Amino acid sequence: MAKILAVDDSASMRGMVAFTLRGAGHDVSEAENGQLAVDAAKGARFDLVLADVNMPVMDGISMVRELRTMPEYKGVPILMLTTESHTDKKMEGKAAGATGWLVKPFDPEQLLATVKRVLG
Amino acid sequence: MSTVSLAQFHQTFFDESHEGLDAMETALLALDGGGDKELVHGIFRAAHSIKGGAATFGFPDMAAFTHEAESLLDELRDGRRAVDAGIVEVLLRSVDCLRGMFARAQSGQPLADADSEALRHELAAMVGRTLAPAAAPARRSDDAATGWSIAFRPHRGMLAGGNDALRLLRELGELGELKAEAELDRLPGLAALDPSECHLGWRLELRGDVTRAAVQSVFDWVEDECDLTIEALPGAQVHHAPVVAEAAAAVPAPAAAAPKAAVREAAATESSVRVGIDKIDSLINLVGELVITQSMLDTFREDFDASRLEMLQQGLAQLARHTRTLQESVMGIRMLPIGSVFNRFPRMVRDLSQKLGKQVKLDLVGEQTELDKTVLEKIGDPLVHLVRNAIDHGLETPDRRRAAGKGDTGTLRLEASHRNGSIVVEISDDGAGLNREAIIAKALQRGLIASAEGLTDEAVADLIFQPGFSTAAVTTDLSGRGVGMDVVRRNVVDLGGSIQIRSVAGKGSVFTITLPLTLAIIDGLTALVGGEHYIVPLASIIETVQLRSEHLRTVTGGGELFHFRDGWLPVLRLQDAFACHGTRRPIEQGLVVVVEGDGSRLGLFVDELIGQQQAVVKSLEANYRRVSGISGATILADGSVALIVDVAGLSRQLSRRRAA
Repeated sequence: MAKILAVDDSASMRGMVAFTLRGAGHDVSEAENGQLAVDAAKGARFDLVLADVNMPVMDGISMVRELRTMPEYKGVPILMLTTESHTDKKMEGKAAGATGWLVKPFDPEQLLATVKRVLG
Repeated sequence: MSTVSLAQFHQTFFDESHEGLDAMETALLALDGGGDKELVHGIFRAAHSIKGGAATFGFPDMAAFTHEAESLLDELRDGRRAVDAGIVEVLLRSVDCLRGMFARAQSGQPLADADSEALRHELAAMVGRTLAPAAAPARRSDDAATGWSIAFRPHRGMLAGGNDALRLLRELGELGELKAEAELDRLPGLAALDPSECHLGWRLELRGDVTRAAVQSVFDWVEDECDLTIEALPGAQVHHAPVVAEAAAAVPAPAAAAPKAAVREAAATESSVRVGIDKIDSLINLVGELVITQSMLDTFREDFDASRLEMLQQGLAQLARHTRTLQESVMGIRMLPIGSVFNRFPRMVRDLSQKLGKQVKLDLVGEQTELDKTVLEKIGDPLVHLVRNAIDHGLETPDRRRAAGKGDTGTLRLEASHRNGSIVVEISDDGAGLNREAIIAKALQRGLIASAEGLTDEAVADLIFQPGFSTAAVTTDLSGRGVGMDVVRRNVVDLGGSIQIRSVAGKGSVFTITLPLTLAIIDGLTALVGGEHYIVPLASIIETVQLRSEHLRTVTGGGELFHFRDGWLPVLRLQDAFACHGTRRPIEQGLVVVVEGDGSRLGLFVDELIGQQQAVVKSLEANYRRVSGISGATILADGSVALIVDVAGLSRQLSRRRAA
């Protein structure tokens, strides 16, 4: 079981991610945007962060940048959930410090496979 | 985990997408008036979320459509294309189109139709694409070999990004038999060693029938953070597979999502409320308090004597307080901001005023004012009618406004606020106001009045609420839909509210709608009639009087009138109206409750008044059938049922009977 933070402004997407991961026995917290995710990360030590790219208040890429400045989040896997098929968004996320990405649309099986990949 | 059903997230997706579409529309209208860059970002984000959700939750047609709108928005966002009226127009039509798709999705129909397809092609053409069979996306050679030699040298900072080299090696190991040899040449001395950096490299040999793509995908995320070479092992068998299109990155991948749509469960059109987490938290707190109070009271079961009476009374008082607060909080869950109804007006006002050649500025005030969900759902139509009327009949064309010494642009204002425990919604315009002469002429012609003599301005204004009244000389396609102001008033009255109009010729009109906060609970006066309990809504009561027979006057037809303040009001004996048992009491032995409903006053004669109480309204229609003169039922403390008197309905019955 891992402590996972799911970040997405869309309640349905966030719900799907959280429900799937909880079903696999993980302890999942949710945040609606990058700023709330950073706030949540300050109080808890997550093993993995899954974040949407396009969000109001603070987008996913700024969130990654912010998290990577926190010593306790150096090296913690952060995956971007992105519909951007252009490689530039993926690379922008990578440059900000993201570990990898999962391209939307994905189904629960793909999500679990990817999470398993980073958590080992 | 394959049992995770995506259908359970459909309602959430629909709800948030409706909000997203509303936000898109609002932003597009603001953009039309020369908005800023942030608006474009907001619109893009909403479209982007809908596309992502549609693709994920099995609505490929919607994803494909939104993809085209998003491409256009992307160009606006990047500044590759400037916003103009034409683009706003086509995007507004896209919002409408998506609303249609959602409506069809909720009723389980196919999403795309001829219109949506035409618009999708139009959007694609705008960004310079033709929607021929999808162009093949990036290709990647996919050779297979019986063994690979891989040189993997991570850059020093790779670990900071969360990619663990060991994990990558393990993943490779799952593909086949892996032999790894570490390269230590970059390893610094202990003093210079930073454990958070990667100093190693690996030479790897992977044996097994593995494709190059499979090997490469292990390193997908670290391509830019390492030096990587992948070569077939010397002597390994290599077969060049035909070039395969890379499916994973293909745009909305409609085909992949299609089977999900097929097995989609029939979408139920259940309604739901989104509730703020703070409201839920306060409920949970209250329930906690209630549990504490309950356990405190529970101690009296075992151990009670007179010395603890005061404590028991305190406990009961606490219970009453918590119950009351809990009730208010639960009601609060059904309360939603009126903004969700106001939202539709910017678009409507824009479309209507353009059509009529009028210039209208719309002011929305008090959008955060909360109303019961049921009231909110039913107030939309009356408001639409009033707004349409204000633009059609109230506000003038720029020429006529100038002639009247006013500015070209008329103002239409919708304002919601709390006032004395009610919600007040005002629809005001600075147009021509009601035309007294035209209304009187029309009313005379329709036979609504016999003469105009002595009619006050209020009485004249009230005429427009009479059935079948219309002042428009020419019936436009905007109004004249067979719905008159009488229906507006009926709708408002059915919600337990009232509507008033104030108008000044040449200056404009104000329609004031007063609505109850909630329909679920009413404050009422419990009355006894023929041994049965009835509840009269407190809001409709003016006062209670005891009459003597000399106050009463009997008129032809058997009706009774009594003198109240400076006029005569009819008396309605509830015992007769509801055919209750018991003997008919003389007027001295009962009480008359003076009430106002549907704009007129009357006295309800009851045997006795028991007291004031809150009643949780249960629908009689849903549990039994509609009964005239009764608006609902409630359950009393002793478990018996009391009926709630429909004052407006009784008033209408009475005036019909008197007119007959």
